[in-house]
Amino acid sequence: MSKYLVNLKINNMPVAVEEGTTILEAAKKLNFRIPTLCNHPDLSVAGNCRVCVVEVKGARLLAASCATPVSEGMEVFTNSEKVRKARKHIVELLLSEHNADCTKCFKNGHCELQELASEYRIGDHVFLDLVTPESMIQDISSPSIVKDDSKCIRCQRCVRTCAELQGVSALAVVNKGDHQKISTFLNKPLHEVVCTNCGQCINRCPTGALTERNYIEEVWNAIYDPSKFVVVQTAPATRIALGEDLGVPVGERVTGKMVSALKKLGFNKVLDTDFTADLTIMEEGTELLTRLKKALVDKDEKTVLPMMTSCSPGWIKFQEHMYSDMLDNLSTCKSPQQMFGAVAKTYYADKINIKAQDMIVVSIMPCVAKKFECERPEMRDSGYQDVDYVLTTRELAMMIKQAGIDFHKLDEDHYDSILGESSGAAVIFGATGGVMEAALRTAYEIVTGREVPFTNLNIQPVRGMEGIKDATIKIKNVKPEWSFLEGVDLHVAIAHGLANARQLMEKVRRGEAVYHFIEVMGCPGGCLGGGGQPIPTSPEIRKKRAEAIYSEDEEMPIRKSHENPEVLEIYKEFLGEPLSHKSHDLLHTHYKPRKRY
Amino acid sequence: MSTTEALVKELVEKNGRTRNSLMPVLQGIVQQEHFLSEEALICVAKELDLSAADVYGTASFYTFLDTVPRGKNIIRVCKTITCHMKGKDEVIKAISNALKIKVGETTHDNKFTLLSANCLGWCHKGPVMLINDEVFPELTPQKALEIVEEYAKK
Amino acid sequence: MENNLKKVDIIFEDSDKCAPLKVLEKTLKRTADDIILDLIDSGLKGRGGAGFPTGLKWKFTRNETSDVKYVICNADEGEPGTFKDREILDRVPEKIFTGMAICGYVVGAKEGYIYLRGEYNFLLKGLLKKLSDFNAALKKLNVDFQIYFKSGSGAYVCGEESALFESMEGKRGEPRNKPPYPTVAGYNSKPTVINNVETLVYTTMICHMGPEKFKALGTSDSRGSKVFSVSGDTPIPGIYELELGMPLHDFVNEFGDGDTKAVQVGGASGHCVPRKKFNDTIIGFEGIPTGGSMMIFNSSRSMYNVLHDYLEFFAEESCGQCTPCRVGCQQLLKGIEAVKRGERPPAYLDDLKKLTGTMKIAAKCGLGQSVGNPFNSIIDNFREEIIY
Repeated sequence: MSKYLVNLKINNMPVAVEEGTTILEAAKKLNFRIPTLCNHPDLSVAGNCRVCVVEVKGARLLAASCATPVSEGMEVFTNSEKVRKARKHIVELLLSEHNADCTKCFKNGHCELQELASEYRIGDHVFLDLVTPESMIQDISSPSIVKDDSKCIRCQRCVRTCAELQGVSALAVVNKGDHQKISTFLNKPLHEVVCTNCGQCINRCPTGALTERNYIEEVWNAIYDPSKFVVVQTAPATRIALGEDLGVPVGERVTGKMVSALKKLGFNKVLDTDFTADLTIMEEGTELLTRLKKALVDKDEKTVLPMMTSCSPGWIKFQEHMYSDMLDNLSTCKSPQQMFGAVAKTYYADKINIKAQDMIVVSIMPCVAKKFECERPEMRDSGYQDVDYVLTTRELAMMIKQAGIDFHKLDEDHYDSILGESSGAAVIFGATGGVMEAALRTAYEIVTGREVPFTNLNIQPVRGMEGIKDATIKIKNVKPEWSFLEGVDLHVAIAHGLANARQLMEKVRRGEAVYHFIEVMGCPGGCLGGGGQPIPTSPEIRKKRAEAIYSEDEEMPIRKSHENPEVLEIYKEFLGEPLSHKSHDLLHTHYKPRKRY
Repeated sequence: MSTTEALVKELVEKNGRTRNSLMPVLQGIVQQEHFLSEEALICVAKELDLSAADVYGTASFYTFLDTVPRGKNIIRVCKTITCHMKGKDEVIKAISNALKIKVGETTHDNKFTLLSANCLGWCHKGPVMLINDEVFPELTPQKALEIVEEYAKK
Repeated sequence: MENNLKKVDIIFEDSDKCAPLKVLEKTLKRTADDIILDLIDSGLKGRGGAGFPTGLKWKFTRNETSDVKYVICNADEGEPGTFKDREILDRVPEKIFTGMAICGYVVGAKEGYIYLRGEYNFLLKGLLKKLSDFNAALKKLNVDFQIYFKSGSGAYVCGEESALFESMEGKRGEPRNKPPYPTVAGYNSKPTVINNVETLVYTTMICHMGPEKFKALGTSDSRGSKVFSVSGDTPIPGIYELELGMPLHDFVNEFGDGDTKAVQVGGASGHCVPRKKFNDTIIGFEGIPTGGSMMIFNSSRSMYNVLHDYLEFFAEESCGQCTPCRVGCQQLLKGIEAVKRGERPPAYLDDLKKLTGTMKIAAKCGLGQSVGNPFNSIIDNFREEIIY
């Protein structure tokens, strides 16, 4: 249906926009910026904060420009005296209920309210301070997320994120009037409720009310401790986003500079989670083929399909809460981060002759759920906590700034060896559909002896930002040992963002769709849109990050996990073969059902 | 099945399994159990396929949908200006002394909770109070005590 | 003392003279357009306080194309000082039901709901019996319309129409962004007529007696009569149906105790009129419109206490979603306390008055927009009482 155009004037400039466009969007077209707080490109319109109010000629009330559609002949003023006065009042009101101790805030310098206050030169506080002692108590129960109500301005972005993008609703608006706040079920601490630790709320919080639990000081201390050998691993999606926090344009890859910076920070070895992403493909791909055989040939009733990926700790905790009857569908493979920790403190420690107890493994992750994951009791197969500290991409950027490193002037460096080599298949783990694509590149070749039948190995049907994707790959002319797969249509599905995951799970549960293999990533866009990535985020930003990931893949000399020489080496020297006894001990795990409510 | 679970199931059966029935379901629970317990909130969330936080967030918006334990009889004395002018403070004081509880508290035997309420719509006949769903206008401290005594006997 | 105050008996007129079902039968024989024309001609405006022309509201809803439409009776009377709807619900509910059924016929709705505030639950038992008789009568008359009750649970803001829809949909009673308006997307996002209890009774009565008789009452801006809830310092508190457009002076002569200092017209969200302005204040849409609440204060009353009570009420009953209202109400309340205690200078009251200016134009709904009414009218007229 084609929409007709509406003519209006904004600040006396005429503009024609499609019917249904908001005043805010129309103003953007004319390059008039209207400040917003509760508005976010990923979320439904709320119209709560009222910071975006504008004057419409002839109207008694100011209009919330984010929530008001344009109409024919409308005359809008975005900076009239009325508007400015009201907007300033609103910012002052927000500041009066906000703990404005900015210098002590983790978001200092990255706060939308602070920016607005600065823009409007809010000087002396006109209004009374409404912050209460109770609201000053932070919820630090979660290893991933810190909730500080004294910084909250009730824009409800987090609540909408948790409901609309993630389908979890661990956060809700509670009470009314002067007691209204953002809270959890019966105001329980975050670690006692169904929070998946995905951190998407953090990405959308305009202030410091929701932040990651940060471990920057702990990591500095480890680096400075001469008795510790500190190795760092970097997740695939960090290299395409870190730059955003350091003045580099969105979508620019900074892999070499990041490695260089990490070395300058003083890590003893700079290694790559991409290595264990390749290892994951070997294990998970083999697990899939084994499950297919057990289910299709042996008719083993205990083997369940579809198999589901297990790289995303937000998704795992979601599944443990919401679909605990489907835990057997999850691949038993640990996430690449945890495979790395387990291998680092065993195989690698032996190789470089360092005692595991003297080794500190730090991860740089696009994720805050990884902070929770590394503390899971199951993740101590080396005999120690396999991964000691997890930093977000944002925290790494802070450390780089703290160290006085001029990121732009850094040379590009290479990961250390071993545990530093990787393939393009590993890099694309960072985008939704990437694990699926990487697995298919390897599994198809194992089964048929040929490369996947897609131009340049790019499996387009599993790429893109659609919430739920599915694809079918026909398997033909297989090797003799895989004859049971001859002519089989392999059905796969991919979901990203937990609200989409829920939809997909419901479909599977109802038996509406039969899949063999499902990839789920907890965050919108996959890890590239993770809860630990630079802020802000939007569909546009995530699209650019995805493009960066796929171009990184194309430029890699090795594109398939099973061709990673270091991976082949670890099997030869240490693990034996995929799903070996040793693999099971170190690289696989189990899951536990958690409370549904 | 616990009595709460059975009650919720019955209410959901009666009112329907959609979000639109949330209010009548919560109201039905409060009618029976005087407040919304954690168990009750979870049962409702389960039956209506909502998150527990969402159900709690909705309930906590409404003054009559209490999520903290309340006595068998909930006394709500109107605190609006006209009732104030007609002596609601004396009424509250009398009840408070008799039951040995302050506004917001519940008696040890769980028989009474004393609360204040915004305008109950009886300004011409203040002071007024509700006990559960029953209304008592034109109160005096003496009259209020007699009424509370009647409830104590029930 | 003689005055121009005219008492009227339309709303509570004896049901023998005006049998609601007879009115319904008679009205359903007419065309929807004729009924709308009569309502528009009568000049009836909504009696909840906002005063939107009822006939237009029905017309807009009728003009919407939709398979489902609703008629909703707003019986969430919660404005401090207002109690007339309770009396109407108690005494003449069939007239309300009839108004709803006529509206259903006019706009093409098959379902009607009465959203009754939780504080009036004691009415429910009696009302349900009368409603089931009425619904049965509708079926007998082959009228494809049924009415149901929904209960509130103690939230003033649910009287705001879009908050009321949210509440009926099982959500927090938070007002929605407008547009869209209820006539386009109301309950369940379907075209909805939402009318106050009293308004619906007047529609029934206008259908009964014709628009002329109604129109003959009141003034050109405020046609007809309205039910007033009279309370406070008066020897004769209660409910009175009066012709609109009266000077407040006449009202005070009739209802005051001889020592009236001020009248709060329109409840907590209304205006406080001091003695010196009684003469030039007209009660009606051309002067001070009201949902019917008239609180009378004599010279023994502290206007600080009155304002404090109202502000406390708004700070508690704000839904809390929008900044101007959530934070603004708290600032006004804590602000007058600070001035009273001497922690802020008297001039701070002027800062707060400016704040109400912002609340009036930037808050999301009528609640936050109207808090400035009592605040400014009390501060302006009784400044000393606030400060000292």
